[in-house]
Parts: sequence; structure tokens; C-alpha cells
Amino acid sequence: MNVRLYVWQRGTAALMAPLVLIHIAVIFYATRQGLSAADILSRTRGSVVWAAYYGLFVAAVSIHAAIGVRNILSEWSPVHDRSAGRVALAFGLILAAAGLRAIYGLVFA
Amino acid sequence: MNMGLAGRRGSALWIAAMIHRLSGLALAIFLPFHFLALSLAIREATFDSFLRWTDQPWVKVSESGLVFLLTVHLLGGLRVLVIENLDWRDGQKQLATIAAAVSAVVAFIFLVRVF
Repeated sequence: MNVRLYVWQRGTAALMAPLVLIHIAVIFYATRQGLSAADILSRTRGSVVWAAYYGLFVAAVSIHAAIGVRNILSEWSPVHDRSAGRVALAFGLILAAAGLRAIYGLVFA
Repeated sequence: MNMGLAGRRGSALWIAAMIHRLSGLALAIFLPFHFLALSLAIREATFDSFLRWTDQPWVKVSESGLVFLLTVHLLGGLRVLVIENLDWRDGQKQLATIAAAVSAVVAFIFLVRVF
């Protein structure tokens, strides 16, 4: 892993630490038995704060996970660095697109 | 295998680094499906059907496993950030053990809550 990727990996990790803590609290809250789609959507629809929070989370996790996948491919598979980078970039972009689509569904649809 | 600060193969710190990496890999595999499931919210009725599907016991057990993976990856990551950025080298093994224990407790509390 070069210095630039190392800084992004650790930077997104530091950024996500408080986001993950809050997310775990949200998970505990949202998984109450019998919680319906209407219950969830009544809290998320139209919430700019919710969209901004999870938008930041999706961006950070897409970068963080993509670099992690690149590292694993480079170190644990015969794939060359350049190919690992391409696969990781594609994975990160797919993750970001899927995450933003989920936010659209929960907040703006 | 290059595991950075992991220490000797088979040692407690090597195991901690391996758990951190494997939990990260598992979360990376899970995330696209998680986002796909949440995007079902575009149609409320479909999203509601999905939520009813998640009421199954095996799904709840799987979810508690994911909570464990997320917590252990978070705490393992904090351990890495601390040892890389602060002048502190003592008690790493204890910290790694505490991270695993706290993760197991959090996952267990989650499991008790959803059942």
C-alpha cells in the first residue's frame, strides 16, 4: 500500500469511528421487534440530517472498503497490483452507487 | 503474508490482525447486499415485506453475527489507530482481548433484544 492509500485508509477509519458507534446505536434502535417500513420511513423521509450523515458514511466506507479489498487482493492472491487496483476501484464505485441508491430510497423516494 | 504490525505468526497480535482483516472482508462482502436491501425502501410495500422476512430467527442470529463483526472491526481499527499514532506500546494483547470480549457482549445484547 502506498502512502496516499495508507492516508486515505487511516483517514476514513478515523472519520468512521464515531459514525460506526452511532450506527450501532441506530441498529439497536431500528431492530426493535415488529418495526415496520412505515415506522422507519416516517423518520428518514425528507431528513436532510439523516441523508448527510449516511451520505458521508457511504462515501467513507466505499473508499475504506475498496482500499481494504485492494490490500487483500495484493497480499493474498496472485493478482498484480494494477489489476487489484482496478478491481478495488470498481468495487468502491459499485458500493458508493448502491449506498447512494439506498439513501435515495430511504430519504428522497 | 504481510500483516503489518501483526507480530509473529500465531501470536495474539497476529490473531488480532487476522480477525481485523477477516471481519473487514466479511463486512465488505455484506455491504452491497445491505445497500441493495435498504434500496427496497423505494417501494414501501416491498420494504415492509423484506422487514417481515428479517423476523426469521436465523436472520436475527445472522444479524447478531454482523453486529459482532462490525464491533470487532471498529475496536480492532481503533487499536491500530492508537498504536500507530500514539506513543503507546503496552497492553496491546489485553486491548485486543477486550475488543473481542466487548464485541461478543454487544452482539449478545443485540441477540437478546431482537428475540
